[in-house]
Amino acid sequence: MARLWKFAGRFWRWLRAISGDDAYERYLAHHHHHHPDVPPLDRGGFFRREQERRWGKINRCC
Amino acid sequence: MNPAAGNRVCPPSRFSAGWVSVTLGGIVALLAAGALGAIALHRGESVSSLWFIIAAVCLYALGYRFYGAFVAAKVLSLDPTRATPAERFDDGRDFVPTNKWVLFGHHFAAIAGPGPLIGPTLAAQFGYLPGTLWILIGAVLGGCVQDFVILFCSIRRNGRSLGQMARDELGPLGGAAALIGVMMIMIILIAVLGLVVVNAMKHSPWGTSTVAATIPIAMLIGLYMRYLRPGRVLEATAIGVALLLLSVWGGGVVDQHPTLRAWFDYDGPALALMIIVYGFAAAVLPVWLLIAPRDYLSTFMKIGTILALACAIIVLQPAVKMPAVSQFIDGTGPIFGGKLFPFVFITIACGAISGFHALISSGTTPKMIVNERDARFIGYGAMAMESFVAIMAMIAATVLEPGVYFAINSPPGVVGGDAAQAVAVISGWGFPVTVDQMQALAREMGERTLFARTGGAPSLAVGMASIFGNTFGGAALAVWYHFAIMFEALFILTTLSAGTRVARFMLQDMLGNVVPALGRTSWYPGVFLCSGAVVAAWGYFLYAGTRDPLGGINSLWPLFGIANQMLAAIALCVATTILIKSGVRTGRAHYAAITGLPLAWLVVVTTAAAWDKLFSPELRVGFLAHARDLGGKLAAGMLPPDGAAEASRLIFNDYLDAALAVFFLAVTWVLVIETARTCQAVLSGRVHAPINEAPYIPTRLAEV
Repeated sequence: MARLWKFAGRFWRWLRAISGDDAYERYLAHHHHHHPDVPPLDRGGFFRREQERRWGKINRCC
Repeated sequence: MNPAAGNRVCPPSRFSAGWVSVTLGGIVALLAAGALGAIALHRGESVSSLWFIIAAVCLYALGYRFYGAFVAAKVLSLDPTRATPAERFDDGRDFVPTNKWVLFGHHFAAIAGPGPLIGPTLAAQFGYLPGTLWILIGAVLGGCVQDFVILFCSIRRNGRSLGQMARDELGPLGGAAALIGVMMIMIILIAVLGLVVVNAMKHSPWGTSTVAATIPIAMLIGLYMRYLRPGRVLEATAIGVALLLLSVWGGGVVDQHPTLRAWFDYDGPALALMIIVYGFAAAVLPVWLLIAPRDYLSTFMKIGTILALACAIIVLQPAVKMPAVSQFIDGTGPIFGGKLFPFVFITIACGAISGFHALISSGTTPKMIVNERDARFIGYGAMAMESFVAIMAMIAATVLEPGVYFAINSPPGVVGGDAAQAVAVISGWGFPVTVDQMQALAREMGERTLFARTGGAPSLAVGMASIFGNTFGGAALAVWYHFAIMFEALFILTTLSAGTRVARFMLQDMLGNVVPALGRTSWYPGVFLCSGAVVAAWGYFLYAGTRDPLGGINSLWPLFGIANQMLAAIALCVATTILIKSGVRTGRAHYAAITGLPLAWLVVVTTAAAWDKLFSPELRVGFLAHARDLGGKLAAGMLPPDGAAEASRLIFNDYLDAALAVFFLAVTWVLVIETARTCQAVLSGRVHAPINEAPYIPTRLAEV
């Protein structure tokens, strides 16, 4: 049972990572690590910036 | 030359397999051979689709374990101690070290589009065997290798794109050819995808209303993710998927309602115009409102449905009813004209080898990979999985009664517009089908008619509906059918809108070199002009396709296939040049054959297909012959007045399509000659563009 929970937890983390659901948390971690002196963007601001950037290039195929 | 000379590190070779691995490999090989034998030699009533699954999975496993490992260790010399661009440039945006399972998911979601579902469905007119063999062999020896090698090349070049690598390694001509090639393929791709959706929706109030509902649902999700709960992707997607399922049911209600159903009942050209308007809107509207939420929804639906289909096929193991090889290998097939060679290799591009993948394998994925070692898993593995999707599409098309398959897919210009006439023609080919049977099927699927729905989506949906219905509950075939239509239309329209937007950026980028103002993505006249130009280009082909009596698929799909294989040829040219340049230093230039041979095959296939499309005397194959035939009839006054106007339009289209074929042929050969020249210079030690690999920096990540 404990194993099953562990697996479920890993699947959930994978799902969040693959869908971009945890993007803001990853951004915060990266930001605190590399630019600790600059205040980070808030959640809304971060997603506004990311979406514009992500859709300006070929990211889907036939 | 000493094979090790100049090669700094020889990574621990994972190719040298232990006896356990070899024994296992032997068992898998026997299984694959047995399954393929069962498929190829079966001459009875029907063959179980389970053999397809076994043959495919075993071949991919063998290809991955042995050929993929050989390429990784001996040809590319993947180096786990080398820092990847993701580690060196880690900027939290483009360059992000990403877990390999997550990256595999990203990469697969990016490369798997509607192509591998449509191509095999169309190619099933040759019987199940030719398409299946090409999907399996093409993927293991061609497509997977292309994706893998291009991914590797881009990793070693700081994540540069295919166009940039073509310019660096082959010179400016190569770069320009790649850029224009990408632009052209997008135009044709979008037109033909639009046509597939139109053929699925024409005179289908249920289908049209469900597909229409996806637009406000996407907008709602977009607003939710921007204002209500920013960036909560999973919960927004869950709500969206629930609404989409509701819309499938709602379409059924619309279909039963006499007034409502009239609102969603349109013919092909009218639907084409709506899609053109939609494409323009999607390209100019802010991305968060329509394209981004659409993509989240369609990716989830796509992966979910593909998984469900795989489970259903494995559980149900439906019998394949199509003959192994049909008489249409002689070129008289109703869905598209042309002989088995070269047209099966053009019709199935995605799923066997797809040039478009090179755009994802360069530029996006290489910036996220943590360790070079994972390039095989992601490059080779994800393509094997996409190829498996193509095998499932082939199964879904061939489990239908062949007569039903041909009745759904044959355009009226070939079998006649009247139902009785169409079934007579199709039964005459030896594929018995009756009007009653087709009417009963249409009723079951909640449609008024299923005749002449060329394009692959409806026949795939009928196949999927019967597979899903028999596995998960058979009461509601109509709901399953429209679910399948919605699923296909959802991500076809997503590709269409995202593709239009990217093509707009590319056009702005190109024109920006001439008129700087046009390059600014925030200058509205420029945005509208470039979006309009892109939409007009594919819109023309789409609209013309809906009015083509032979079915626009007949002319557009081969052009798309040629364009996609041309792009694959460009990618393989780049890969071969790089392998020769790096191999000549280590005495391993002959290994360039792993991309050189697929390249040679693609050049033969593309050239033969383009040549046939230009000069074949067959009216449904040769553009020029068709134009001459119509011109002759026009001159002789054999056509009624409105037929005459239509004939002039068709003649113009023929010449336009012929010009495109000539263009694709020219680009391919210019690139091939450029590649041959560069490789010749490298091998004979003359001056050439240098290899552009980024210098070696050791990784500092602990997990190595």
